[in-house]
Amino acid sequence: MRMIAFARRNAREILRDPLSLGFGLGFPMILLALMTLIQRNVPMEIFEMESLLPGICAFGESFFALFSAQLISKDRSSALMMRLKNSPLRARDFILGYALPLLPMALLQAALCVIFALLLGLEPGWGILRMLAALLPAALVFIALGLICGSLLSERQVGGICGALLTNLSAWLSGAWFDLKLIGGGFEAFAYALPFANAVDAARAALAGQPAGTALLVSCIYAAALCALAVVVFARRMRRS
Amino acid sequence: MLAIETRDLVKKYGDRRAVDGLKLEVRQGELYALLGVNGAGKTTAIRMLTGITAPDGGDALLMGHSVKTDLEAVKRITNLSPQESAVAPRLTVRENLELIAEIYGLRSRDARARAERSMEEFGLAQVAKQRAGTLSGGWQRRLSIAMALITEPQVLFLDEPTLGLDVLARRELWELVRSLHGRVTILLTTHYMEEAEALSDRVGILQAGRLRAVGTPGELIARAGAKSFEEAFVELAASKGGNGTCA
Repeated sequence: MRMIAFARRNAREILRDPLSLGFGLGFPMILLALMTLIQRNVPMEIFEMESLLPGICAFGESFFALFSAQLISKDRSSALMMRLKNSPLRARDFILGYALPLLPMALLQAALCVIFALLLGLEPGWGILRMLAALLPAALVFIALGLICGSLLSERQVGGICGALLTNLSAWLSGAWFDLKLIGGGFEAFAYALPFANAVDAARAALAGQPAGTALLVSCIYAAALCALAVVVFARRMRRS
Repeated sequence: MLAIETRDLVKKYGDRRAVDGLKLEVRQGELYALLGVNGAGKTTAIRMLTGITAPDGGDALLMGHSVKTDLEAVKRITNLSPQESAVAPRLTVRENLELIAEIYGLRSRDARARAERSMEEFGLAQVAKQRAGTLSGGWQRRLSIAMALITEPQVLFLDEPTLGLDVLARRELWELVRSLHGRVTILLTTHYMEEAEALSDRVGILQAGRLRAVGTPGELIARAGAKSFEEAFVELAASKGGNGTCA
């Protein structure tokens, strides 16, 4: 009950920031429209919808790291946190309260991208639902990264680290915009050692109705490990501050 | 019965003792002002009394519950209005009140009813649907205190409640605090001497983490041989004497 009340508050704080929300929900769709337009005007296959959509959905989820980190770092620096720490809320209520509202939002963002993709010519099929499910570990990865950054960084630092660095890194290292094999070598190996490219591959395989296999497994392992790390970091910061 | 009792409470930050063997006694229903210059240890003491920070030594009892061994009970029976207005800025006034009520364990329906009552009591009904972040400083502080009281605490901590407010808003808040007198035990910290003098039953003067003098404003003026309460405070806060209790 306590956790739900706190989660509801966090959801309202995020949903009532129209700039962030508009950017977070709208930007992936703008990208989808732009890439589709480019594809229609070039003779070769660069941005096929079946390959583009999972990449853009995974990229869009990176904004949730920014949302959660911004909210937590802002709360940490405000007197509201003092009030909340004086309340009967426990560490687990805080962590779940911050993380849980973001999962349905991430799902909604991906669903909006799918609806837009359908309007742009994506073939409907069960693979879409499989893709949405395959994207959940990636959402957890970004939410956990947001919890960690929000616990450790100031509000100003969060803007730079999560808003610029993380979104760019996850975009470049995910293979969402280009085939990582084109660069190959150390870059490709490095990208596949991280969760982003695996998340995109898992989502692409799921959309195509193929087994997501290792990519999904790696994505799930990263999600579990980062969630565990987020719990440890958040709880430790709560005790120290 | 004592609402607040501290036994040699200590908090250290590195080598510095922010609170150094504090012995404080506040009676039930009393409005007690804890005064001291910046860095005297007022906020650190409040942080320990509310369970936000763990003490490094000693203990504190809130209505008989120890902050060391029974923190959950302490958190249930206390509430706090911090130095800055502690409100969720994008939530409406009503939602802020309901949030705190639900966090303290009330069901949604009860929280709604309690919020309604609280808005009536604190004159917040006219801004019920307004987002807290858009309120003026005075209204935010009023809401902050209403949020602290919606849980019906037995002990309320007001940490510099009128800091940064204009004269009118400050006077309004004084009236609000006066209306609580006797209903709830209040520990108030402030830098405004006239505020402490006007509102409190007793005053404790904290210096370098230790309680240097305790008494009613009148007793402290007499003890310091001063003409005003502010003069008495300056005299007592600057003195190097031991713990002097007037009452």
